[in-house]
Amino acid sequence: MKKVFTKPKCLKDIPFHYCPGCGHSIIHRLVAEVIDELKISDCVIGIPPAGCAVLAYNYFDIDMCEAPHGRGCAVATGFKRAQPDKIIFTYQGDGDMAAIGTAETLHAANRGERITAVFVNNAVYGMTGGQMAPTTMIEQKTTTSPFGRRSEVEGYPLLITDLIATLKGPAYVARHSLATPAKILATKKSIKKAFEVQIKGLGFSLVEVLSPCPTNWKLSAVDAYKFLESKMEKEFPIGVLKDVTKRK
Amino acid sequence: MGGKRKGIEVSLAIAEAVGQANADVIAAYPITPQTHIVEHLSELVANGELDAEFVPVESEHSAMSVCCGSAAVGARTFTSTSSQGLALMSEIFFIASSMRLPMVMALANRSLSGPLSIWNDHTDTMMVRDAGWIHVFVENGQDAYDHIFWAFRVGEDPDVLLPVAVNFDGFILTHMIEPIEYEKDETIKRYLPEFRLKNALHPDKPVSMGCFGMPEIYTEAQMSREDGVTGSYPTIIKAWEEWGELTGRQYHPIETYRADDAEYCIVTMGSYGETAMEVVDTLREEGEKVGVVKIRLWRPFPFDEFRGAVLGKKALIVIDRAISFGGPGGPVASELRSALYKKEGSPVIVNYVAGLAGRDVSRNDFRNIILEGKAKAESGDTEGFILYGLRG
Repeated sequence: MKKVFTKPKCLKDIPFHYCPGCGHSIIHRLVAEVIDELKISDCVIGIPPAGCAVLAYNYFDIDMCEAPHGRGCAVATGFKRAQPDKIIFTYQGDGDMAAIGTAETLHAANRGERITAVFVNNAVYGMTGGQMAPTTMIEQKTTTSPFGRRSEVEGYPLLITDLIATLKGPAYVARHSLATPAKILATKKSIKKAFEVQIKGLGFSLVEVLSPCPTNWKLSAVDAYKFLESKMEKEFPIGVLKDVTKRK
Repeated sequence: MGGKRKGIEVSLAIAEAVGQANADVIAAYPITPQTHIVEHLSELVANGELDAEFVPVESEHSAMSVCCGSAAVGARTFTSTSSQGLALMSEIFFIASSMRLPMVMALANRSLSGPLSIWNDHTDTMMVRDAGWIHVFVENGQDAYDHIFWAFRVGEDPDVLLPVAVNFDGFILTHMIEPIEYEKDETIKRYLPEFRLKNALHPDKPVSMGCFGMPEIYTEAQMSREDGVTGSYPTIIKAWEEWGELTGRQYHPIETYRADDAEYCIVTMGSYGETAMEVVDTLREEGEKVGVVKIRLWRPFPFDEFRGAVLGKKALIVIDRAISFGGPGGPVASELRSALYKKEGSPVIVNYVAGLAGRDVSRNDFRNIILEGKAKAESGDTEGFILYGLRG
């Protein structure tokens, strides 16, 4: 009988600790599949975030080094500058990348560091219990916006990926969603492209992945995926925002 | 609100105290185990129960910066953090006291990275020991609630004008539901006058803050800060006395339990004091002449009260919740040794470092520490420190 499904080689045989319906497990798998397919497990270094994915190093069977909250792209810069033949990626949430680490992220991108950032956006601070993040949508209820986010007081959702796409340093910038199997496959394709851009030395690459957080959204897993597609994708349009390989 | 006994999580009681104190500006970033405080404050603001600006900034560095800004224009200012958040704040943390800006921080003590940990010890607060803030350690939920008012009262006093950190143990207190006596809003109003910062930034009366300190003035500026922290002592004592008169709950910079006739005392800071008292009761029944000395006020350090409480004892068994790597021992024991140096009747000090990153220190552990510490003192084995419970 033909074997049609296997666990990626660079994922350890350890069950994920993530909540039911959380997108991290899927995104971990996509990153692992890409590492396997590109055959880079012997030269890849990952940087997990402070956030729900803080224990990512328990799952990936590759070199990983924890960075302080928000500092992923700065630490990645150090790795890459010292060992340019290594493939470096950060795995960061929206608290990590779009709040506390905004400066590091924008400047690494602007310098065109040859690193890849996988940016998981679930519109809340997940690990600390669902507080409002810069990515929280207008009227979205969180534990620090109990009546919903109000633009006049708390501003607007921060589309950091769009900001990064306006810079000259980045080579590949895209936003995807886990809402459907087809979109998950598109996400994987984009993550692969981001790593390939780094391998070719073209510049900074980033893939934002819109991901559900049923626990903090107070939704069932099924409803969280519906919310992802009907609400989040409206606020954060999916697509490739910048791709230097497509230039003539 | 207020005027009754309530079973409530300590973090929520702290938030409600900040509400009763009528804070004007709250700026914070979520970090475990502090988070419930600012979550509850955001609810109080959203519900209209507290008329304040709640600013959910993008990092602790910005939180402390916002606090400096709001305090500089004369707003009653509150923040809360822990561990890595405090580390990220630390640049501005030092500046706040230098600019003599009153604000209150509920500092949910948690270990610092690395290794990364979310659990309780005192490594975070020891990092900012020398930052020019007033530091108080509370022992239980009631202490925590009471000290929010005390902290605003002391820090905002025109004779003080300093930021105040209320240290309380992460998880051990933050996540504990305790019975807490709430005070009536009228009582708080009587205790806590409206904040009026004499030299607040205002276009009608311009002042410069945070100026460059050239070598000609930097030394004098630091002496002024030292005078400010040391000189806050009488106000601190008065604020405790008045709180005691209003509520019947009296606090002191150094508090003792069964220590008067004790030959050996265990010295604690924070929530460990309660377990220590339990264990001392048991040991007393067994005939051991032991007591507890609790350090409530950490900065300014109450030298006279401390010496008065311990001179004449045979030994102090000091529990530290942090290590000074490569140094003379835990930071608390190190300071106590210094405070007692060449004083007549000084007890010897046996230093234990225990309960790092939330490792449980049970009643039985306290018993072991006291009895083993006593034996070490008797045998003259008092150098350095013992890392209690170290495996392997």
